[in-house]
Amino acid sequence: MNETEIRDRVIKTLSGIVPELDPHTLKPAGNLRDQLDIDSMDFLNFLIALHQEFKIDVPESDAGKLGSIDACVEYLTQALRQRAQA
Amino acid sequence: MPRLGADMTAGKVVKWLKQPGESIKRGDIIAIVETDKANVDVESFIDGVLEKILVQPSDDRLAVGTPLALISAEAGAAPAAPTATPTAAAVPPAAVVVPEAVTPAAAPPAVVPAAPSPKKPAPTVAGARARVSPAARKRALELQLDPAALAGTGPQGRVTLADVERAAQGAPTQPGPAGPVAVKEAPTQPGPADSAAARQLRMREAIAAAMARSKREIPHYYLACTIDMKTALDWLTERNAGRAVTERLLYAVLLIKAAALALREVPELNGFWIDNRAQHSEAIHAGIAISLRGGGLVAPALRHADRLSLDELMRDFQDLVKRARAGSLKSSEVTDPTVTITSLGERGVDSVFGIITPPQLALVGFGTPRERPWVVDGAVVPRPLLSATLSGDHRATDGHRGALYLAALDRLLQQPEAL
Repeated sequence: MNETEIRDRVIKTLSGIVPELDPHTLKPAGNLRDQLDIDSMDFLNFLIALHQEFKIDVPESDAGKLGSIDACVEYLTQALRQRAQA
Repeated sequence: MPRLGADMTAGKVVKWLKQPGESIKRGDIIAIVETDKANVDVESFIDGVLEKILVQPSDDRLAVGTPLALISAEAGAAPAAPTATPTAAAVPPAAVVVPEAVTPAAAPPAVVPAAPSPKKPAPTVAGARARVSPAARKRALELQLDPAALAGTGPQGRVTLADVERAAQGAPTQPGPAGPVAVKEAPTQPGPADSAAARQLRMREAIAAAMARSKREIPHYYLACTIDMKTALDWLTERNAGRAVTERLLYAVLLIKAAALALREVPELNGFWIDNRAQHSEAIHAGIAISLRGGGLVAPALRHADRLSLDELMRDFQDLVKRARAGSLKSSEVTDPTVTITSLGERGVDSVFGIITPPQLALVGFGTPRERPWVVDGAVVPRPLLSATLSGDHRATDGHRGALYLAALDRLLQQPEAL
């Protein structure tokens, strides 16, 4: 899975939580909570949806590393790479 | 048309899920009704047979109290409510389902005779509020208006005959005896009735009506206390550390459970103010304030919040938020809350002093836990401090009882493993 594909799937997953999300105005480096007005329940549901989409379980201690789209892509790219090597 | 929430005055029938001739059990979902806030699954409160559907799904907004269907109670089925016995009605012994939000969960819902005579109209919402003059109440019922939903201009906000007549001008004239009552769209509503903007506007109006009523009628008192959340948050972090993302607890669940358990210790905060007196509820159904995307909020019930384990509570909480935001709730969830819990901790608010949802007796509010200096064993240490607040109805309770409640809440949160 290349980075563009991961990015598309992250945004698609997030759209399931935030239906009105507009990928064109979403700032990739911007904070998700601030941009999309999501709360901790939305964020947990986002992590659950990512888990379903990528089969990656983000530990609680890493949740803070997924604050923006860019950060999610970076985290997942690395996690998928590690899994492939394992 | 059941009253699905204190702020509801009208709704649309979206769909029937049972057909005439079908047997129904108490708790079965018989129809979907669209309120200003959500699509609500309407549950039957009796066992019986659906005899006849009186209103087909349409865009017409029907006033609360409008008969929607006839249900005949089965012999030996759940006892019919004693409030009304089908007597003079021309139609066979059938009952029209008119559940009432303001009825405490323990009491049987109101049942009115089918085909009400003009002298005894269907809506049974009267009695929900005391401050309606008898003449106004009579006239409102003749017009099939909900007197409790009208803005009163009389002394102490009393709804007068003039208020009813004024409201009637914006509402339909005398309807046929059995005909459904369509409620005119307010002239301020732009565009089609089902547009997002119109819906948003109606939600705002519903919230406005409920909150204005609360501030008009309920003499609130407000209390606050600071709770050291270190023990609870440390416990939660440890508990969540090894768990898969699907099995984690949100911090809000601890607050909900503790708030519900504390009500067992001060039960007079749990229930309703009806007919000029407090009616306490044994069951603790926590109405959780859930903000909706695009604005507005709902506060549906997490039923029996005090009895569920934290994992069960988390599961139900997740499901409730999901459905509330998708606009799909059950009628019992909308009508059952015996208390409201609101947390504005997501956005850095220090404290929230909430407005009680009528006819409830109290609202519990939580702010953001923040790292602040705190004195522990004579030393100043940094601790995550949370402001918990209580808004109480002073007609029902006094500040002293409220203070005991907050003290209980604090104590319960110091023992998270026991929640």
